[in-house]
Amino acid sequence: MVYLTRAEHFNAAHKLYNPSWSKEKNDEVFGKCANDNWHGHNYELFVTVKGEPDPNTGFLVDAKNLSILINQHVVDKLDHKNLNLDVDFMQGKMCSSENLVIEIWNQLRPHLPDNIQLHCIKLYETPRIYVEYFGGN
Amino acid sequence: MADKVSVFRKEHFNAAHRLYNDAWDYSKNEKVFGKCALPNYHGHNYEMEVKVTGEPDKETGYVIDLKLLSDIIRQEVVQKFDHKNLNLDTEEFKDLNPTAENIVVVIYKLLRPYIESKFDLQIRLYETPRNFVEYPVS
Repeated sequence: MVYLTRAEHFNAAHKLYNPSWSKEKNDEVFGKCANDNWHGHNYELFVTVKGEPDPNTGFLVDAKNLSILINQHVVDKLDHKNLNLDVDFMQGKMCSSENLVIEIWNQLRPHLPDNIQLHCIKLYETPRIYVEYFGGN
Repeated sequence: MADKVSVFRKEHFNAAHRLYNDAWDYSKNEKVFGKCALPNYHGHNYEMEVKVTGEPDKETGYVIDLKLLSDIIRQEVVQKFDHKNLNLDTEEFKDLNPTAENIVVVIYKLLRPYIESKFDLQIRLYETPRNFVEYPVS
């Protein structure tokens, strides 16, 4: 079993705001992250897949093709967007990095080739804060 | 005369912005600024490197106390811009396009009054890990 990771990035605006709470409660829980007019981040995304290398190519997956899939199904939907307003798969969800990493998994997994498994989605919100998701269960 | 030394302090802020010239229509903005002109904003982790150059003080050995420099940067820059929308929430960019170039000049002007005039001041601003600007030009 070999693990291969592809790094991608996107820049986006968001805010943390629960519409079923008052403004005061949002401020109390989310602090400056609840700022009305958004703020933003340079997100760094690491997609790790696993499997056995193909004996003919030596590749687990062509890393260029993996990049194209990640860009097509994830990055193009998020880059230079407002996560709360512009992203179909985040509608009705809190735009935390925790929820984002789960939805990125769900967006990407159906499009991966059959011979590889998705192992981990790792997402840096800042150079000092990141989340990881290894799938359900 | 003692040798000059440059000292640096790094600080950061996270902000939303968009690039848009109000004097142009949407299609021209889209043509020039591309996805940076999208209406609902996007954002960055901005990283600043503030460089102060001068002769170390004979008694302290410091050019400037870096804790003091950090306090000045946080008070004059980070508090204004962190977790804000640069276009909507700041006085500085009400009528100024918040490009990295314009932001770095604004940061310099905000900090210069608090740094003794005998010192040179230079700011490097990273908009992304791959895009960065400097002011003034040395």
